Amino acid sequence: MDIFLQQIINGLTTGSVYAIVALGYTMVYGVIQLINFAHGEVVMIGAMTAFTVIMAVVGLGLPLPPALIVLLGVLAAIPVCMAIGYTLERVAYRPLRHAPRLAPLITAIGMSIILQHVALLIWGRDPRAFPQIMENTSFAIGGAAISSVQIAIISMSVILMAALTWFVYRTRFGIAMRATAENVHVAGLMGIDANRVIAGTFIIAAGLGAVAGVMVGTYYGIAHYTMGFILGLKAFSAAVLGGIGNLAGAMLGGLLLGLVEALGAGYIGDFTDLCRWPVVSGMLSERCADGGHVVLFGSNYQDVFAFAVLILVLVFRPSGLLGERVSERA
Amino acid sequence: MKPYVRFPRWFGLALIALALLLLPHLLTQVGTAWVRIANFAILFIFLSLGLNIVVGMAGLLDLGYVAFYAVGAYVWALLASPHFGLHMPFWAILPLGALLACIAGAVLGAPTLRLRGDYLAIVTLGFGEIVRIFMNNLSSPFNITNGPKGITRIDGMNVAGMNFSATDTFLGIPFSGPTKYYYVLLLLLLLVIVVNLRLQNSRIGRAWVAIREDELAAKAAGINTRNVKLLAFAMGASFGGIAGGMFAAMQGFVSPESFVLHESIMILAMVVLGGMGNVWGVIAGALLLSFVPELLRYTVEPAQKALFGKMLIEPEVLRMLLFGMALVLMMRFRPAGLWPESRHKREMSEMKEEAA
Repeated sequence: MDIFLQQIINGLTTGSVYAIVALGYTMVYGVIQLINFAHGEVVMIGAMTAFTVIMAVVGLGLPLPPALIVLLGVLAAIPVCMAIGYTLERVAYRPLRHAPRLAPLITAIGMSIILQHVALLIWGRDPRAFPQIMENTSFAIGGAAISSVQIAIISMSVILMAALTWFVYRTRFGIAMRATAENVHVAGLMGIDANRVIAGTFIIAAGLGAVAGVMVGTYYGIAHYTMGFILGLKAFSAAVLGGIGNLAGAMLGGLLLGLVEALGAGYIGDFTDLCRWPVVSGMLSERCADGGHVVLFGSNYQDVFAFAVLILVLVFRPSGLLGERVSERA
Repeated sequence: MKPYVRFPRWFGLALIALALLLLPHLLTQVGTAWVRIANFAILFIFLSLGLNIVVGMAGLLDLGYVAFYAVGAYVWALLASPHFGLHMPFWAILPLGALLACIAGAVLGAPTLRLRGDYLAIVTLGFGEIVRIFMNNLSSPFNITNGPKGITRIDGMNVAGMNFSATDTFLGIPFSGPTKYYYVLLLLLLLVIVVNLRLQNSRIGRAWVAIREDELAAKAAGINTRNVKLLAFAMGASFGGIAGGMFAAMQGFVSPESFVLHESIMILAMVVLGGMGNVWGVIAGALLLSFVPELLRYTVEPAQKALFGKMLIEPEVLRMLLFGMALVLMMRFRPAGLWPESRHKREMSEMKEEAA
């Protein structure tokens, strides 16, 4: 099996999920220049809601095709998440729009803690296993395997990105959104209701988050009330990598981050195996004998990559790959 | 009209000092556990005053403060336990822990502090998580942190041959281990309060407040904003390091479990609740929130059992829900805290008028 190609496929799959979540961060940032700290929790709630619905439908025992059942889960998760996204905007952001920047950040953190613990109350402390109803057939391509779930995730996110791009560039609301992102006051003078646009942006971001949540759930087969935290962090890193506030950047950043993470986790063990280092392996001759390994950093450091990428981008190119300057305060 | 008796200012302070000195002995009568709870309350006051420098004075949102606390705790744990067979004295490791935490803070702050404030928040959030991943995984191939099992049998404090883990008797009064730690913590607390109070009206303190209120104007007034912010961040981190060292010494055991995001949020809630930037407000906030878990344990559990026959909401979950709501409600209705700093209050109300 070709490990390199396999890691690329896995990376593209997780990367397309990151891209969808990163779009949520970047859209909100575009219109209000603030990070929506609770976005990761919205994704988590999406996964959990879909989980409940899928379990209920499976429990009914209707002869429905598995893809339809998952679709029902998605359709249930989207309105729930949209409602949460709207609530977030109304409770945590709108009343503090003219407050010092610290204030909305703190309320968003508070909301995210509340969402996490409400989820804990509803779904419990233990990880919930997603029912594996999608039959996981693998297709061989060039020495690697791609599963039907991976194909579904990648194609779904491509469709979503295309739809979002159309929405933002071709519809009235999309134009209003871009105008607000450009300049709220002037957009107001042109007759655009900023409140409506901002609320709408939160709602769309949350809807995308819901779909991403279901993707993560079906891909890893598990959902947990703390899953939103690290996923949100990674997606945010992806958004910064691409250039925050920039839609194409979020898509690119998500895919790149997925690739970096998959390849990194796949190869870091080999690179940091001290037995492969010329001088050091001599000193460790006992432990390296008979093909032994002394691996400094194994794949359990996978979660560190996103953070390393975030720091490196902030040091060397804070505006991201496709973004404009962000270093000054608005 | 003059009051009948006028007590001099030192009299009130002396009374407070006396009460604080007698407190552990009174608490011992109730139970040694209460001395320990008081110790942790002091530790949290210490931590929140450290965070107050960063969040309250300089207005930099640090969501991974517990990582610096962890650095201090692990420095103490590694250098004074049978894990490596090292048993260094406290006067060497406590400053070392502070120094390493300070360096970690500076290294983290340098790339992020020249950017917008929200980047710092998310980078510190990530840093807290990364430190935890390292603590959990640095057990192979070389066992440094002993992984999730943590480090046990850590040396307590030992000053001039006096062991802080055992009970001693002075002048016929027994001093238990926790009681002795209480006095050490009280001393450290006094130090951090003095530092905070002196900072508040110092040149640096005013520079921090200026940055918090309007960075651009501060820059125009000739403040080197990046360096001054970095100073606040590093100083806050080093206080976290000292607190971590004391934590390791008191507990005798550290593991990654003690340094989760929730702890950072709790410390943040203490600072926000009391009033960002105001030393006495922060102390009150920290005291209040330190005793909330104890209070919930003694009231919510029995109340739920009596009402519903079983536990519906664990006190731990309820506590986090309350903290989350406190953060949201405080920012909405009393953004300057329950006991706001006068200057901050003025600015916050001016801002409200402007917005209206």
